[in-house]
Amino acid sequence: MANTQMSQTTTGKSAGGFTEAEAERRRVRVNWLLSLPALVWLAFAASGPLLIMVVYSFLTPGDYVGVVWDFSTDAWFQVLFTRDIFDETIVTMADAHLSIFWRSISLSLMTTATTLVFGFPTAYFIATRSPRSRPMWLFLVTIPFWTNLLIRTFAIMELIRNEGLINTVLLKAGLIDTPIQMLFTDGATLVGMTYVYLPLMVLPLYASMERLDFRLVEAGYDLYASRLQVLRRVILPLVKPGVIAGSILVFIPSLGAYVTPRLLGGGRNMMMGNFIEMQFGAGRNWPLGAALSITLLFIVMIALIFYVRNVGKEGSGHG
Amino acid sequence: MKQSAENAVEVVGVSKVFGQGASEVRALDDVSVSIRQNEFFTLLGPSGCGKTTLLRLLAGFEQPTAGQIFLSGIDIAGLPPNKRPINTVFQNYALFPHLTVGQNIAFGLEMLGRPKAEVSDTVERMLRLVRMEALRDRKTSQISGGQQQRVALARALAPQPKVLLLDEPLSALDYKLRKEMQLELKRLQHETGITFVFVTHDQEEALTMSDRIAVMCDGNILQVGGPRDIYDHPADRFVADFIGESNFMNARIESVSDGRATLSLTAGATVQAILPEGVASSGDVTVVVRPERARFLKDGEAGASEVSLPATVETIVYVGTDTHYHLKLSSDEAFIARVQNDDRGGFLPAQGQAVQVAIAASAVQVLKD
Repeated sequence: MANTQMSQTTTGKSAGGFTEAEAERRRVRVNWLLSLPALVWLAFAASGPLLIMVVYSFLTPGDYVGVVWDFSTDAWFQVLFTRDIFDETIVTMADAHLSIFWRSISLSLMTTATTLVFGFPTAYFIATRSPRSRPMWLFLVTIPFWTNLLIRTFAIMELIRNEGLINTVLLKAGLIDTPIQMLFTDGATLVGMTYVYLPLMVLPLYASMERLDFRLVEAGYDLYASRLQVLRRVILPLVKPGVIAGSILVFIPSLGAYVTPRLLGGGRNMMMGNFIEMQFGAGRNWPLGAALSITLLFIVMIALIFYVRNVGKEGSGHG
Repeated sequence: MKQSAENAVEVVGVSKVFGQGASEVRALDDVSVSIRQNEFFTLLGPSGCGKTTLLRLLAGFEQPTAGQIFLSGIDIAGLPPNKRPINTVFQNYALFPHLTVGQNIAFGLEMLGRPKAEVSDTVERMLRLVRMEALRDRKTSQISGGQQQRVALARALAPQPKVLLLDEPLSALDYKLRKEMQLELKRLQHETGITFVFVTHDQEEALTMSDRIAVMCDGNILQVGGPRDIYDHPADRFVADFIGESNFMNARIESVSDGRATLSLTAGATVQAILPEGVASSGDVTVVVRPERARFLKDGEAGASEVSLPATVETIVYVGTDTHYHLKLSSDEAFIARVQNDDRGGFLPAQGQAVQVAIAASAVQVLKD
């Protein structure tokens, strides 16, 4: 109703004469109206659950499931600290939690680094193909997306488990006497996450390399730069937006990864995603789960700000 | 084969073939040319003639399929671009967008590992040379096309290469700026004493700037010579046609003595002209006459060293500095006479009028073709 009235007044005014400021105001209003569905959706689907999480993190856990509506900061306390079972006044750091945080962050950083190392040459390769064959290469990169993540992860398990393909071949060839324990290690999680997130690195890298003017590369060689110098001084600074975008796209979901660490890392090598899930399941501690979720959110935000500030700074002037 | 070090660049029997089988393209076909020290050398030709390919071979971006390239007497065929003391000014300038003007100019020197003080000194000197001192810390996207052009020049000149290659560097500039940069380039070449190899399809640019020009067509060099030489004595029909405007006329060689041929023009006059080497001393030939070498006669008083031809004025085109008279000769051949628009009077015919057009005998050039 309010909207209808507004547009009527606007029409009335415009009949009298259209100033530029008015046109601008009208444009802004139209833009707001057009984004309204998305805004409403975001409010419900993103802010709503987030708000519930914040509220839950300040409640008391129920005996079996859910929460009791008693205000408590205990969940936030538990994120970092543990009370002694017998004497509640003895407080120690929650080492298990810290090691999970640390594993999540370090594995995500390593995943970002390995996808960058593998993705960069791949993207460069595709960007230097003839324009006609590039879609085919890109298509090949996206093929893994066609199969369910679970199935692909089980396939990796089949490769690396003790009775799996790799160990069987190595045993048969006489290269090893006992199977190498690969499954249920951090290494397995890293391999799995690198595999899953590689396309997310390759695609933004390709997008910025495709726009790279390769005559600049020639200019670099012409001005006495070696291959490595051309890479460092010409190509990298120019594709930096792609490196940043790819790193963000890989790092954030890595931090919250659930399926891959669960299946390949096993129960003991938990990451934050699995730990949070545990609080809502077997752990029966919804407030702690909520507090951990919000902690994860903050880690992501801090990492992003840090990353964009430091890596994005040098190249921020061009474009 | 011994190469003299006197020449800056010596290209010997170079061919370049792109692609294979049916899609094979022969961009350069057994090309040989010598470029002297400190000269402004131009490769001139229409697009697809192989001039840019030759430049890229000199820079090292491409390797020749056959033949050798010598730089000051040393074979450089196997060297990559970063090992050749040759720099390029690219057609689109190819300035690094993530670097400032000063950093762009410093790039080559830094890659050569020159000390910091020397780099900044040279950058200052280069900025002064191209008159860009004030813009040192600007991003290359924040300066105009003409300024980018100067930065590209300064960047390529800073490492003091033995040879500077310029790939149609003026084609992106507007007419006025282009004229200005032509003189600027000439000045820079003079001041730095570096050998310039300039690629262009613009014959006017080539004539104004070059010490010597190589006219190229279909992967071959047709003629090498000074601007005057090429304009006044084109070797064949393509060169005559490509450089400046030309009138072609049919003629028959009547007799030859002492290198001079007596020709009877189909349009109806007899004239003596030098017979170039490689032209048969009898039979039909084509001769060329530049439009500005013709004038109109009032009552048939042709000078001693002139021939006069009867013609009819078909069209008159006014082009500012000159007026072009499109004539039809008695042989039905077309002929254009260019008359400068000054106030010296002279006889100027009207459209449809029958006239006598006089051509200086020395202006008649016999073509090889």
